Order: sequence, then C-alpha cells, then structure tokens
Amino acid sequence: MQERTIRPGFSMEYAMWIFTRLSGLGMILLALIGISGAFIMGARTQMDLATLVRWTFFPNPNHVINSEIPDVTLGWATAFWQIMQMLIVFLGITHGFNGLRVVVEDYTGQSIWRPFLRGLIFLLWLFLLIVAIYVILAS
Amino acid sequence: MGLNRRVGLVQGLKYQGGGPMIAWILHRITGLGILIFVGFHVIASFFMQQTGSDLATSINIIYESWAFQIVITFFVIFHALNGLRIAIQDLWPQVQMYQRELLWLQWFVFVPVYGMTVYFLVQRGLSGG
Repeated sequence: MQERTIRPGFSMEYAMWIFTRLSGLGMILLALIGISGAFIMGARTQMDLATLVRWTFFPNPNHVINSEIPDVTLGWATAFWQIMQMLIVFLGITHGFNGLRVVVEDYTGQSIWRPFLRGLIFLLWLFLLIVAIYVILAS
Repeated sequence: MGLNRRVGLVQGLKYQGGGPMIAWILHRITGLGILIFVGFHVIASFFMQQTGSDLATSINIIYESWAFQIVITFFVIFHALNGLRIAIQDLWPQVQMYQRELLWLQWFVFVPVYGMTVYFLVQRGLSGG
C-alpha cells in the first residue's frame, strides 16, 4: 500500500485561500477607517447615511453625481486617502476576481478551457485594476 | 481527472443543507453581484471622468438611486458578515463546532444593521433626496 504523501509548502491555491481571508478582513478594517475618517471630517452634520456608506467604500469625489457633499470633499483629497483608496481597490478587485476564478473552476473543472479562462480572468483583473488606479490618480 | 458531479437542478434543490447551504449560495451570488457592480462602476466612473459620457453618467445615476442602494447594501453587508464568520472559523478552527450557532448570531447582527440601512434609505428616497 502506498503511503499518502502530503506536500506542505507554497501553492497558488493555498496562497489565494489565505489572501481571500486576509483581504476580506482587511477590507472590513479599511471600511471602518473610512467611516471614522468621514465622521472626523464632519460627516455627521453634512452627509446622509447613504452618502456616508458610499464614501466609506470608495472615498473619491469622481463617482458621485447627485449627492450633496459640501466641505467634506476637500478633506479626502490627500495622499493618505488616495493610498487608502488604492488599497481598497487592490484588495477588492483581487478578492473579487479570485472569487470569480474559484466559481468558474468549480463549474468547468479540469477542462481544456481552464488556462484560457484563467488568462481571461487575469487580463480582466489587470485591466480593471489599472483603470481604477488611473481614476483615483486623475481625480 | 476532475470530479464528475452530475447533479441536476432539481436534485440539487432537494439537498437539505439548511442554513449553512443557504449562506454558501448567498455568498456566491452576492460576491459575483458585487464584482459585476464594481466592474461596471469603475468603467463608468472612468468614462464619466475622462469623456463625460452620457451613458456612463446614467449608469452611475442608477447606482446612486435609493432602490439600487437597497439591493447593493444587502449584497455588501451580507457578504461582509458571512465572510467575517468564515474567516473567524478558518483562523480559529475550534469554533467550527459552533457553526450553526455562529450563523444564527450572524443573522442577529445582519437584521438590525441592514434594517437600519433600509430604513434610512427609504426615508431619504420618499422625501425626494
């Protein structure tokens, strides 16, 4: 009888498994920092709840149209908040596309399409990441 | 060779996984939903910023509407709380014993948080905000 061999060590699946947990916890932490920042800058009197939630996840003046955000906007236009936005965008998009990869591979299995699907998801991930960081830096 | 699981939809629905299965299904649906939302939102914001496109602006106006916010806050809050439970269970495997209790705790947290969000969104939506 052959012994079961367990190969410990690095593998892409294991790394992504860990990354999914840590980035999830990281995004919750970043959201809490965003809410705290908004309140410190006076969101309690200047924002409604929906605007506050929107700004918590992505504190960028460029993607809101109808919301009235008076003076708080100025407070967000600093390098610190730009770095926070880039962090949340990187964690979110990577977490999301890895999740898409897991779901897709759950349903396609070890088919010959697997490398193509992986490549497509990788390209989409890279494209969206570049576009999102461009929006942050250009605003 | 991968797993050859030929499980039809009807057979799948008969599987009595209970609460954890519903949480697993919802986690997948909400996760993919958020990915689609974020993807279109990033692209729309890019074109709104760079070219001032009408289509991109109208997409973002839909995303800002209170009816859409009710749906997307359900997706985000459920996915965050369920993911937090999964991360806690994976990082401290001892608590796997109490998965069903943790799931109940998760719903007890979810209902007031989401309920409050919906209350404020509806209140603002009806007052024409």
